[in-house]
Parts: sequence; C-alpha cells; structure tokens
Amino acid sequence: MKDTGVLIKDMKVSAGMRVFRLLNLVFLVVVVFLTLYPFLNIIAQSFSSEGFINAGQVNLFPRGFNTETYKLILADSTFWGNYGNTLLYTVVATAISMVLTTSFAYAIAKKDLKGRGLFIGIAVFTMFFNGGLIPNYVLISSLGMRDTLWAVVLPNAISVFNLLIMKSFFENMPRELEEAAAIDGLTQYGVLFRVVLPLSKAIVATMVLFYAVANWNSWFQAFLYLDNPDLFPVTIYLRNMIAGVTTAGSAGGTAENVGQIAANIQSVTIVLTVIPILCVYPFVQKYFFSGVMLGSVKE
Amino acid sequence: MAIRLEVPPEAVTANQPDHRQNSRNKPGRWKLAIKRDWRLYTLVLLPLAYFAVFRYLPMAGNVIAFRQFQPGGSIFGEKWVGLKYVTLFINDPSFWQAFQNTIVLGVLTLLFCFPMPIIFALMLNELRSQKFKKFVQTVAYLPHFMSVVIIAGMILQNFSVTGTVNQIANTLFGTTVNFTQDAGWFRPMYISSEVWQTMGWGAILYLAALTRVDESLYEAARIDGANRWQQTWHVTLPAIRPTIITLLILNIGTFMAVGFEKILLIYNPLNYETSDVISTYLYRVGLESSNFSYATAIGMFESVIGLTLILSANAVSKRLAGTSLW
Repeated sequence: MKDTGVLIKDMKVSAGMRVFRLLNLVFLVVVVFLTLYPFLNIIAQSFSSEGFINAGQVNLFPRGFNTETYKLILADSTFWGNYGNTLLYTVVATAISMVLTTSFAYAIAKKDLKGRGLFIGIAVFTMFFNGGLIPNYVLISSLGMRDTLWAVVLPNAISVFNLLIMKSFFENMPRELEEAAAIDGLTQYGVLFRVVLPLSKAIVATMVLFYAVANWNSWFQAFLYLDNPDLFPVTIYLRNMIAGVTTAGSAGGTAENVGQIAANIQSVTIVLTVIPILCVYPFVQKYFFSGVMLGSVKE
Repeated sequence: MAIRLEVPPEAVTANQPDHRQNSRNKPGRWKLAIKRDWRLYTLVLLPLAYFAVFRYLPMAGNVIAFRQFQPGGSIFGEKWVGLKYVTLFINDPSFWQAFQNTIVLGVLTLLFCFPMPIIFALMLNELRSQKFKKFVQTVAYLPHFMSVVIIAGMILQNFSVTGTVNQIANTLFGTTVNFTQDAGWFRPMYISSEVWQTMGWGAILYLAALTRVDESLYEAARIDGANRWQQTWHVTLPAIRPTIITLLILNIGTFMAVGFEKILLIYNPLNYETSDVISTYLYRVGLESSNFSYATAIGMFESVIGLTLILSANAVSKRLAGTSLW
C-alpha cells in the first residue's frame, strides 16, 4: 500500500518538484551550519591565542593553537568548587522535583479523586499568573533562605509543564492493572511503588532528564539569592566573566584588550560547562521528544 | 461520579441504604472520599504546600504594591499607601520606554520566532531521507539545551567588534559596527539570536502533530489531482492548525515577559534605549535601587496584562477556531 504511494509520487516528480527538493535540502544544510557555527566558533576561540582573536581572525578553526587557558581554568579551584556546586544543586533539586511531581501527578491522574479538579486548577493557574520577581525575592529572603542551597533548589521545584506530561502518562495506564493489584491487597501506596512506578521507567527517566538539564543550566535563582562566591554554581562563574567583559568593553580604549583576553577564557569556560550536556545530549534528545509526544497526545 | 466502587453495586445498596443521599451531600462525600483515598491525599500534601508557599504566597505578596514596605519587615508591608506607587510609575518616562520596548520586542518575536518553527517543521517533513531528517533535528534542538548564560556569552562574542558578524561586515562593507553597544542594533541582535535558539526546538510539537496526519488524506488529495503545494495547504496545515493555535495562545501569554534573563545578560546602559524591557526595568528599580513596592507595582501591571492577553487570546480562538487551552 505504502509502496505504491511512493511509486506514484516518484513517477510524478516534476521539474518544479526537483528544484523545490534541492532548495529545501540546501536550506536545511544552511540551517544545520548556522546552528552549529556558534559552537564551533567557541571551540575555535578556546584553542586560539589572544592575538588572533584580537585581530578578529578566528572563526571556524583555531589560530595560534593554545591550550594554556585550559590549563589555567582547570587549575582554578574556584571553577572546580563552583562546578561541584552545580552538580550538588542539580542532584538535590532534581530529587526534590521528582518526589513532588510524581506524587502530585499520580494523585491527580486518578479521575475519581475528589477535589482533583481543584488540585489541577491550583497547579495550572500558576502557569499563567505568578507572584512576580519582587514578592518572590522578599519571600525567599524573609524565609531566611538567602545564601543557602534551598534558595536554589526549592522555589522552582515543580514545573507544571512536566507535571501535566506525567499526569497524562499515568492517566493512560491501563486501569485493570491497578485494580488487579488492589484486589491482591496492595494499598494505594503499594500500587504506586510496586506496580505503577516500575512500569513508568521511561517517563521517570524523561522527567529526571528534563529537570536535571534545567537545573544544570539555571543561574538566575543563584544570582538572586547567593552572595557567597563559594556557593555559586558554574553558570554564575561564567556570568560574572561575561559581565566583566561587558564593562571592560564599554570602558573602551585599552580595556578592549582585557575584554579580548577574557573572550578566550570565556570560550574555555563555556566549552567546559557544555561538555556534560553534550555527553547526555543524545539520550536527552530522544527522551525529550518522546516526552513531548506523550504530553501532546492528550491535546 | 466521584465514587469508585470497590464492592459490587448490589452490596452497596444492601449495606449502605443512605449511600446515594450521602453522595449528594457535600461534607459526607468528602468524608467518604478521605476515608477511601486518604493515602492519595497524603501524596498531594507536600506539593500543595509547595504551591501555597512558593506560588500563592508571592501572589498575595503583591499587596506591597499598595503598601509601604520595609526590608526585613513583614512580607505584606507595613501600612496602606493607596495608589502612590501606581501613579509613580504611570508618570515615569523610563517605565514607558521599557513598556514600548517590551511591545516592540514582543511583536517582533511573534512575527519572526513564531512562524519559523512551522516552516522548519514543514520543510523537514518534505525530506525523504529519514536519516538526514534525524540529523537535522538533532542539530537543531541543540541550542534549546544550552544555559541562557552560555547563549548570552555566544551572542556577545559573535557580535563583538572582533566577532564573526563583524568579520563578515568587514569583508562585505569594509565597516566595523559595535553591535553590542549600539542601541540601533539591539533588536536585530536579540531577534536573530532568538530565532537561532528557538527555531529547532519550537518545531518539535509541529513534528509530533505531523506524524499523526492520516496518510489516506494525502492519497485522497492526490487522486483529486492536488499537487504537493496544494496538499500542504489543504491537508497538512489544517491538520496542524490546533497545534499552531495552541502555541500562538501560549506565545501571546508570555508576550510581556520577553526574554528577561537573556536581556538581563546581554544588555548594557548604552543600549537601554531599545533593550530595556519592563521586567529588566523593574529588576533594576527593585533589586538594584531597593524600591520594592514601586517595582512590585510595575510587576503586577505586567502580570495582569499577561493574564489578560492569554485569556483574551484563548477566548478569541475559542470563538473563531474552536480551539482553546481549556
């Protein structure tokens, strides 16, 4: 059936169609190149010497090959301290998020749970209306969370988007399974932990990756609430570097050089921060797509 | 409706004659529900506490827009001052400039960043080599996984005086432009980077929708003599229309919050004229100058507009297209 369809298509390929396909292909190749270019540029800059960067001669390939900056950054204990913080925040925040999201999603996926509509409403409303920057800031400060890990890991613990994806996954689980388990004498806790969760490995993995990537990349919470440099995640290390460049650049004149030396250091830091993401990316990408598919099936 | 039968229906009527009455009577229903599902309710306790503390308490905290606030004092402020802070920002030219910039950037984002993923998804859909399609997708999603700090770093480097964009400008026009510090160039810089960031990942929902288009519709269209373009126009686009509308509504909903974190990272006083948006302005007013109540008043204004926008977009689309978020 499908084969004949392809055959008909192929026989009727007109000249215009050929041109279109070629243009389409060319366009997509250009998209691929443009998407990758900034990454390649950063890698090239990270291995280049400042002289060539200053002269504006570094684009796709390193000029004046230099690994000194890598040695410099890799020897910086602040960098490693902050890297460790990022790891810690990511693990703790993801664990908290998973516990909260899974338990809430499981409960509100039960169509006959009384109060379910209210619970869903409470969660969904926060997608469209939030307290705003200042009230949040005032609250976190008055809770005494400043300069603690909690200010980073708690305020965004539940992503309603993730919650809804997980809810629709649980809703699509065959009910008979849980009913059979209940008849076997399992309580609702037992059903969740011994039947439902073991069958939900895919969605749990998806959610862990969703949260972990978001936490790894986040910077603003830390920027707002952490004053102690020993607590900074690596994104703040990088942000301070970038902010330094901006001021050095706006001062003009000789400060330009400071900015350009930093361009090399910045590139090295960016590369080192991105590596873990790139390592998990092939898996993440697959799971993200299936996660989005799961979530959108219900629409 | 709210009752899950755990025993055969006959047994219920036999043992609990007042069962039906109970299910109409609200307190009784709750008692029954809690008795049966108390374990499920324990599961929602912590998440509800989370929403109460970190989501709804700050909403209530917005009252400081109308109250005097003292750092270290109550998060709900000290005493009522009426519309003092509202009139203050209404008469503040910097606020109106930020307001204007927000609208301009929001409209430009909708114009450029919203349609690109649709076009991209359609073009991917035309590819016959699944391998190549997969490859393009994998590459195009990459920017989505990068921290905004990294993206800001890339933007500033690519647009710097020695960066790639200037290398090209230099070759083509023999000029060097200080893009990152020139107010006239902020918008192109912001929008182009935004397209770069969002085009690939933005296509994912459309691609998901495209996989669900019934193949027989194309067959029928071909038999009716529709060419490839007509098939796209009459079969593909209508099939993904609900997705387009849903995403449009969501985009309109985030209109007021345009790229706050990114702008905060890439703007500087030299381009405030075009780069300063409401959220960055209130950030500076509130956290750099410690005018908490004033900034809260601005923030509330922003959220109310945002909520109004999404509610009206939803209502309009419900009426005109029959698609809505809820």
